Amino acid sequence: MSVPHDVIIVGGGGAGLRAAIAVAETDPTLSVAVVSKVYPMRSHTVSAEGGAAGAIAADDSLDEHAYDTISGSDWLADQDAVEAFVKEAPEQLLQLEHWGCPWSREPDGTVAVRPFGGMKKQRTWFAADKTGFHMLHTLFQTSLKYPPVIRYDEWFVSKLLVEEGRIAGVVAIELMSGRIETLLARSVILATGGCGRVFPYTTNAAIKTGDGMALAYRAGVPLKDMEFVQYHPTGLPFTGILITEAARAEGGWLINKDGYRYLQDYDLGQPTEKPVLRSMELGPRDRVSQAFVGEVEKGRTISTRYGPVTHLDLRHLGAKVIDSKLPFVRELCRKYEKLDPVTDLIPVRPVVHYAMGGVHTDSHGATPLPGLFAAGEVAAVSINGANRLGSNSLPELLVFGARAGVAAARHAAGSAPVTGPAVEATARDERRRLERDLLGRIGGGGGGGGERLADLREQMQHTMEGSAGIYRDGGSLAKAAGTLRELQERFGSVTIDDPSRTFNTELTSALELSAMLDLAECMVHSAWRREESRGAHQRTDFPARDDERFLAHSMASRDPDGVPHISYLPVTITRWPPGERIYGR
Amino acid sequence: MSTSPDPGFQVRLYRQPVPRFWWARRRSYLLFILRELSSLAVGWFIANLLVLVYAVGQGDSAYQRFLDYSANPFVIAVNLVALAFVVLHAVTFFQAVPQTTVVRLRGRRVPAGLLAAPIFGGWLVVSAFLIWLVVLA
Amino acid sequence: MEDITLRVARYRPEQESKPTFDEYEVPLREDWAVLDGLNYVKDQLDGTLSYRWSCRMGICGSCGMTVNGEPVLTCAAFLTDFAPGPVRIEPLRNFPVVRDLVIEMTDFMHKLGRVKPWIIEDPQAPPEGEHGEYLQTPEEMEEYHQYSMCINCMLCYSACPVYGLDQSFVGPAAIALAQRYNLDSRDDGNRQRLTVLSEPDGVWGCTFVGECTKACPKGVDPAGAIQRYKVTAATEAAKSLLLPRAAGA
Repeated sequence: MSVPHDVIIVGGGGAGLRAAIAVAETDPTLSVAVVSKVYPMRSHTVSAEGGAAGAIAADDSLDEHAYDTISGSDWLADQDAVEAFVKEAPEQLLQLEHWGCPWSREPDGTVAVRPFGGMKKQRTWFAADKTGFHMLHTLFQTSLKYPPVIRYDEWFVSKLLVEEGRIAGVVAIELMSGRIETLLARSVILATGGCGRVFPYTTNAAIKTGDGMALAYRAGVPLKDMEFVQYHPTGLPFTGILITEAARAEGGWLINKDGYRYLQDYDLGQPTEKPVLRSMELGPRDRVSQAFVGEVEKGRTISTRYGPVTHLDLRHLGAKVIDSKLPFVRELCRKYEKLDPVTDLIPVRPVVHYAMGGVHTDSHGATPLPGLFAAGEVAAVSINGANRLGSNSLPELLVFGARAGVAAARHAAGSAPVTGPAVEATARDERRRLERDLLGRIGGGGGGGGERLADLREQMQHTMEGSAGIYRDGGSLAKAAGTLRELQERFGSVTIDDPSRTFNTELTSALELSAMLDLAECMVHSAWRREESRGAHQRTDFPARDDERFLAHSMASRDPDGVPHISYLPVTITRWPPGERIYGR
Repeated sequence: MSTSPDPGFQVRLYRQPVPRFWWARRRSYLLFILRELSSLAVGWFIANLLVLVYAVGQGDSAYQRFLDYSANPFVIAVNLVALAFVVLHAVTFFQAVPQTTVVRLRGRRVPAGLLAAPIFGGWLVVSAFLIWLVVLA
Repeated sequence: MEDITLRVARYRPEQESKPTFDEYEVPLREDWAVLDGLNYVKDQLDGTLSYRWSCRMGICGSCGMTVNGEPVLTCAAFLTDFAPGPVRIEPLRNFPVVRDLVIEMTDFMHKLGRVKPWIIEDPQAPPEGEHGEYLQTPEEMEEYHQYSMCINCMLCYSACPVYGLDQSFVGPAAIALAQRYNLDSRDDGNRQRLTVLSEPDGVWGCTFVGECTKACPKGVDPAGAIQRYKVTAATEAAKSLLLPRAAGA
């Protein structure tokens, strides 16, 4: 009927697993359930490559990490949260080391750090170029030693249960059997990751469909800063597969069709042979991606069947460096581009990578809905503001995963148990909705007026790429808002082919598309209202930053008719008053 | 719209059957099975050797009877087949041994192929010596 | 544009009691992996096809299937490699089938947990690095690093005839994972993992067929890990026989 737990964590990636461990360590008497639509090892944390920043070098300091993060965010980050983050990042990374994470080492056995984009000092811990993979597997394997952690592998959460203004649990579908179950809890932590699949070209895996953001949005929690979408400068052209920033940190160059290191034309410094921190190829991701668009406009990119690209040149690094520091990059290029970075240029272009925006939380991961927490890419605390620095998101998982876990544990321990009947009614309604709206839509192949999922999804993605890409303007955003409303309506008549209850992935695709349509609308409305350019949100009709009107977070809340309503929340400034972002000078 | 728990669907897993001749379906599996069977050939030669030694101990006529038995065309055929199996046994054994140990030289791991070379080399030397001893000397 | 035929195994437990095959024509695009072909089928031709996938870059381990008889990651196998086709796509062997190309993997998950795959610290050897870390030289990391590269894709279990005949065998990935921790200089849990590994269904179930290592897309070499552990297990057994007090230390 309804299975009671104390804490439910939706999502089993880096943040979710770290939160689970934190709950188990804070209060071993609590029952904590990790509910994930995939087995935890498949979570997208696994594909992060470059590294995790934590200030430990003798010549480094927490304040400098904070400053780099805040200026990188174009001053939209909440500085109190950033201060807490930079302090706890090294502690969390060290805890992971004790748990077995194979951080790359100096010859003397101490943890090594490498340079990374937008960072003035070397502070990025790394595990070769598979940092996310090693972190995730370490967290997953470590989580196995805590008996209170119960896992619901391949269960898809379709709704948050709210009772008397507080969280009561979730309704979830067991993929294997199609069984719809109510899971009760006094705290719920969303750790479901970002929503890159709203766009057509992304480093993100198939599962990054923003499910948790939509769950919170539909439960009345605002989504913050949704207009800020990070394009990673170096994705492979067809697949969108990520080529880590570490390739540039190790000395790689971005060159245009004339072999020219074009970043020097975009106020990112002067080219030098060895990489200079916060300069040229080690500039922040938003600026490097914007430079690509500049090159396209100047006609200096290379045309391929997948559109314009520039080249990433690693040849001068040599096979030894590439094999020891970037072995996965070499493997990916050989496999997916049939070329060898030791001898060939890698075609790259900006692809969607990370959502700075997400569920509004405080610096302990608490949302405005009592008992609901969020951590990781799904959340916006915000420490990343308008643009995230590379290697800040992996420690973000750990710091805020742990904080949310502790907060959720304390909240659960101090709350009255969830009562059955009211919640049961909501759960039954949700079950009915799933059965009627989705399983009842078996129509077969779009014939007879039914829409195909793939068609709607592609149209959404192309609308977003065209109107909410690296550069936006009011006219195309307004048009996109209209298109998305239309797509929402058309979703109402989507039919699916698969009538089965057993492992019905068409059903989950429909639920995911529904979530993505809501999020796309939030992104477009937030972008439309923000009449300035800041970080990753660049308006050709409002090219300057406007701290007077917009030194604030966009908050997208759901209107009764389902349209996002945008309001603003001021940014918390502590010690770093807004200034100019300077790179390369 | 019942209020009872939703049973979903009763999961019915399908157990993929292992084909009776699974070992014949892949070259690598077949080679594996032959490798395992080759230990019978090793046993056969050990038995032969013991019988030979016993026969020698029993004197000339016993030894002669053993030689006559060994000259039988059927026995020669069996021994040739067994020899092929023993060679397979030795080769696969020597290939396997380096895969079970990790040897590091100056910080780098010595590839398994390189470790196998001295083992094979030693085998050839000993075999050459024995052939010289038995046939030529 | 040429097409290529995919012969895909289907199993719909509500309708049938054993698998059948459906055929689909997909474009033979030169950059398409088998997975791209399956996605084309699901998006455009037949939405009822169920299979697991996620990262499409060979790191998440979701998309393992049997293609033309071989266990492969469908995101890392290209359609052109199988041209002119048809390409036979079936679920991973040696696992029960839930639906179409989706196999049941709880046994595998259970086995991973059984080998205690976490750092078991030695209270007598605390971390001594200047930042509070355990010191571990690059050479010490080399000892176990290869075994840490497993993406849990289960191709090795699919390739292993021992596991195929008897699912109680602990299996290649689990043993390689145990070795990843046994050989990690920060870990002191060898004794605790000995029991599960030296059971008859532990390393001794392995007859060194070697197919697991061949199938592994990440170069983990589980066969090597298992044989190395046999030496360890045998030594421990000998020690406990001949020097009981020393072995118990």
